[in-house]
Amino acid sequence: MTTSERFAGRATGPAHASGPARIDEKALIMSGFGINSEMETKEVLSRAGMDADIVHINDVIAGKVRLAEYRLLVFPGGFSYGDDTGAGNAYANRVRNNLWDDLLEFLDGDNLVLGICNGFQILANLGLVPAFKRHYTRDIALMPNRGGRLECRFVSLKPAADNLWTRGIERIYCPVAHGEGNLSCSPETLLRIKRQKQIAFTYCCEDLTPAYGEYPWNPNGSVEDIAGITSADGKVLGLMPHPERAMEFVNQYDWPLRKEEMQRKGVPVPTESVNMLLFRNAVGYFR
Amino acid sequence: MESCVHRIEVHYTADPRLKTRTSRIRSLGFPVDDLHLIDVYTIATSTRGFSVQDLSEIGAQLINPVVQKFLMDTPTLLPFDYAIEVGFLPGVTDNVGTTARQTIEDFFSMKFEEGEAVYTSQLFLVRGTLSPDQLHSLADTLANPLVNRVHILTRTEYGDKGMAPVVPVVHLNEMPNAEPVYLDLDDEELIRIGKEGIVDSRTGERRGPLALDLAQLHAIRDYFDEEGRMPTDIELESLAQTWSEHCKHTIFASAMDDDVPRGLYKTFIQDATKKIRKAKGDKDICVSVFTDNSGAIIFDDTYLVTHKVETHNSPSALDPFGGALTGIVGVNRDTIGFGLGAKPCINVYGYCVGDPETHPTLFRGKDASMPILSPRQILDGVVRGVGVGGNCSGIPTPQGWCWFDNHYGGKPLVFAGTVGVLPREIAGRQLAKKKAEPGDLIVVVGGRVGKDGIHGATFSSEALDPASPVTAVQIGDPITQKKLSDVIVKEARDLELYSSITDNGAGGISCSVAEMAKECNGCHVHLDKVPLKYHGMAPWEIWISESQERMTLAVPPAKLDALMALMQSREVEATVIGEFTATGKCVVEWHGMVVMEVGLAFLHDGLPKKHLTTTYTQATHPAPVTPCPDRLDATMRSMLGRKNLCSKEFITIQYDHTVQGGHVLGPVQGRGRVQSDASLTKVVPGSKKGVGLSQGLFPTYSEIDPYLMAGAAIDTAIRGLIAIGVPLDTIAILDNFCWCSSDEPERLGQLKLAAKGCHDFAIAFGTPFISGKDSMYNDFSGFDAENNKVKVSVPPTLLISSIGIHPEVMKSVSLDVKIDGDLVYVIGETAEELGGSEYFAQLGGVGDSVPKLDVATAKARYGRLTEAISHELVASAFPVSHGGLGIALAKVAIGGQLGMDITIPTTMRPDYYLFAESLGRFVVTVAPDRKREFERTCGADALLLGRVGGKNLRITAGKLLLDIPVAELETAYKAPFRGY
Repeated sequence: MTTSERFAGRATGPAHASGPARIDEKALIMSGFGINSEMETKEVLSRAGMDADIVHINDVIAGKVRLAEYRLLVFPGGFSYGDDTGAGNAYANRVRNNLWDDLLEFLDGDNLVLGICNGFQILANLGLVPAFKRHYTRDIALMPNRGGRLECRFVSLKPAADNLWTRGIERIYCPVAHGEGNLSCSPETLLRIKRQKQIAFTYCCEDLTPAYGEYPWNPNGSVEDIAGITSADGKVLGLMPHPERAMEFVNQYDWPLRKEEMQRKGVPVPTESVNMLLFRNAVGYFR
Repeated sequence: MESCVHRIEVHYTADPRLKTRTSRIRSLGFPVDDLHLIDVYTIATSTRGFSVQDLSEIGAQLINPVVQKFLMDTPTLLPFDYAIEVGFLPGVTDNVGTTARQTIEDFFSMKFEEGEAVYTSQLFLVRGTLSPDQLHSLADTLANPLVNRVHILTRTEYGDKGMAPVVPVVHLNEMPNAEPVYLDLDDEELIRIGKEGIVDSRTGERRGPLALDLAQLHAIRDYFDEEGRMPTDIELESLAQTWSEHCKHTIFASAMDDDVPRGLYKTFIQDATKKIRKAKGDKDICVSVFTDNSGAIIFDDTYLVTHKVETHNSPSALDPFGGALTGIVGVNRDTIGFGLGAKPCINVYGYCVGDPETHPTLFRGKDASMPILSPRQILDGVVRGVGVGGNCSGIPTPQGWCWFDNHYGGKPLVFAGTVGVLPREIAGRQLAKKKAEPGDLIVVVGGRVGKDGIHGATFSSEALDPASPVTAVQIGDPITQKKLSDVIVKEARDLELYSSITDNGAGGISCSVAEMAKECNGCHVHLDKVPLKYHGMAPWEIWISESQERMTLAVPPAKLDALMALMQSREVEATVIGEFTATGKCVVEWHGMVVMEVGLAFLHDGLPKKHLTTTYTQATHPAPVTPCPDRLDATMRSMLGRKNLCSKEFITIQYDHTVQGGHVLGPVQGRGRVQSDASLTKVVPGSKKGVGLSQGLFPTYSEIDPYLMAGAAIDTAIRGLIAIGVPLDTIAILDNFCWCSSDEPERLGQLKLAAKGCHDFAIAFGTPFISGKDSMYNDFSGFDAENNKVKVSVPPTLLISSIGIHPEVMKSVSLDVKIDGDLVYVIGETAEELGGSEYFAQLGGVGDSVPKLDVATAKARYGRLTEAISHELVASAFPVSHGGLGIALAKVAIGGQLGMDITIPTTMRPDYYLFAESLGRFVVTVAPDRKREFERTCGADALLLGRVGGKNLRITAGKLLLDIPVAELETAYKAPFRGY
């Protein structure tokens, strides 16, 4: 079944907070060598209804755990190999040199891959995004931030395409924390990414108007304000910001003000954040 | 050895780093037109050659072809005038090189042999016209001579050959043994051994400070006389480590005058905690205090949280980046080494440095040799070091501060702390408890041992002077430690693979093994089994080296295979180096020969007792005599721009404060992004609770009244937490004393008063000390440009850190004012207390009226505010601290990007009212419809000052005192560090 077929048969939109049942499909979250966001990634998926196993990459390489038993593969955030030889590069080399055939098989199946921050850098080095016509070559680079150093702050994102990940999302509001998130590629690649609607999310101002490359709304100088892109077939998403770090209402930078405003208007204060929708969408793909 | 050396040079086609790097170099005064950065990989192998095809495949693995290119064994074609290559000195940890090696090994399915490696360096290609002096000083800013080698070529010298590949291999071939040390010497010579070290028989040079005084050396001589033999060098070095001020805290442990026979620590710190715990009875929050690597309190029924704050001052003075980095990753290990292993979940930092715009010309050596680093270099380095440590380890850093005073210009203070979380119990096993059993194997895990970090413990027990050893600097490798941390706290701990664990910090394995040996009463170590970075180290060096990222485990023999298999699969090196025993002795063997055999009782308790005498002279400091200005607009602007009051957000945003997903109240708050005094973080997913952290520090009060200084620090640390809604009875505190000249009775007199202040205020508030650390010799001794001897001492500095449990983070309160029309209150009384205040400093004076506090009144007030916050009656709250009410009002207005109309009482000089630093106060805002309920809860303590509204901060006292747009306040607040 292709992506479009799945969606054709399911026009009800994304799953809602009021808790559809947990799904049987499981996620594999890669860890090891300096990956550091695996636990919150497992937590957010669990809240979205999907169980996940955190597995050290060496256990996958050793065959203790098989990729084929999972439907969602996640490369979480971190500082794999301390960014040595370029952010995400050494971990990508480890995957390519040891797990490439398993990974290709996984990509051929009806499965999803998500890479966040360092995970996106790993996906980019593996060529899993943008992966035009399933050619897994390196077509984009996540270069050092324009400001020259790591920066941690909350950013607003808006969807730039309607795909399985972005459905129903109006805005994502979550932290960035990276030193190398400045997406760069050739003009031809950029045109093709845009034409094929592979830009999933862009950085924007709080009122959802474009950031136009301006700091701090676009925190790293990324071309066309790109925060995340998908593979050509839409099943792989790479995203620099960290929605998994702001899964609750109180994780959002501006929550004290928003809570005060809501309470005075008599509006109930939510417990979870807008960012959960992204993960519900991913989990919802398997429903 | 290495018959085959290849060089791969990687460069960006358009390097995004260049703009900031070039402007940074230009801002330091170098006339650089153009700059290129090239990453160099030098591959040195002897058993396997690489063909051109192989090398191009290696190159392809080391770059991203979209934006980078590489050259193999070929000179660059880029235009330049000078080439500066910065690499590592032999033996220095080269993390990138190690990663590149693994990638090559994976790709070719091969293994590098012993002695084969990949080395990395950075090549700076510079265009411009620089004099040879300028070129060398530019190279100095790019490299640290303690860890880096520099190779400079002009374009002509570079020619068409390029840079010659350099292979920084350590060549140490002989196999040194332990040597006996003759101690039947006159006292003068013994003193020299204590101060400058043992004379090395091979080099004839002194090995560096033992920091043992005469009485201690006599005790050691007597002990070995009884044993009927001379001590070996390793025994002497080991005793020096164990007895160091750094490890044994001799000043805090010694009897003082007639009234403190049990010493400051037992009398004032430990006793305070004991009394508080007893008074709290069932409500005691402490689980582990003072005995383990961190202190621990109850988080909830299932979890504990730990906290520990360390200092890393001496290493940071010499190598700010390396010193701060190893400081933070070192205190992370105090978390991993707590109980059976807590997970590090929050990092905190604090820096005391000189004004970064000053350039003190001070030298560690005579004749203008060994200049100290400038405050700006130190600030840049320590900020980056703590950032890299936390960011690479995946630990959020939401809490910290930075304090400027030129007395820190000779020696900075670098505080680094870590909070950990661990389950109270797993399968009936209490995780806060541990015990090595006789027969357990001693297993060291993590990085290898090198010459880096030798004499760290004894060095930090002395003032910084020309003899300060350069090998005392350690190089951190956060990823090696991250692998170690993950395998321990996420896997091995819950598989019950070890029975005890501790960190290898100061003193290396000499301290960690001997410390754990106390749990079972003995150890037997085979030192030749310890994995080394390179051959040729002497046994004493291996024993005391402080090479980083290592921990020591006690492993029951039945668990060894499982542990070793797990470590191997996580690529963490683990080695059995001996076993724990019950012989009462610490025995060390070196290639079959016993080189150390010292009774544990002597090792740990043989230290001769001291009796210290103190004096105290109350000094007076004239207050400035300036009349109150008619208007305070200019005063407010300049106060907000004071370095100790303004925004240091540039630090905050370099630190990942959101990883682990627990961010609730962060380091900056509100639309206007104002720095907070307290942070709140969720550390247990799914729990409503959170961990609040804050701190208090008033070094300017120390010379006026050390007792009240301690009170101010404790109150401020507590009040920061009260303001966000943490109840007083959940709060515990930590002390870090950073004193100076601790051999002077006057300084000890100040210390005694400060310690007494800690005792009295902690008991009055009911907040127990759970952990503490002291650093007693924060003095710089050297020379000025005219060769005059100069001593620069830090002001006596006490950091009180606080940790408390927020019962429901959803009800916590941020600092920024929220909504137009809200009422503004000050809670707590303002007195004319400006001694040591920022305002008096602004006016060029000091004064004597340090703030006092009636703790009983304050405690009741804090309880009422906690109640108001728990009923959601408060829209914002902020403690009044440095800079007083005026600064607090300005900050909450900037935070909310809203004006305020304020009327202050006319009973006091208005500038004094606004900038007095009286303790126990808060600024809060309240929704108008909550007014009655709030006032009923907070009582007469809450004084209504005005309303939120408009675009300006207006303050009136009979007449208009100031009227400034919030946007302009924000500019004044954020200007000083713009561009950092």
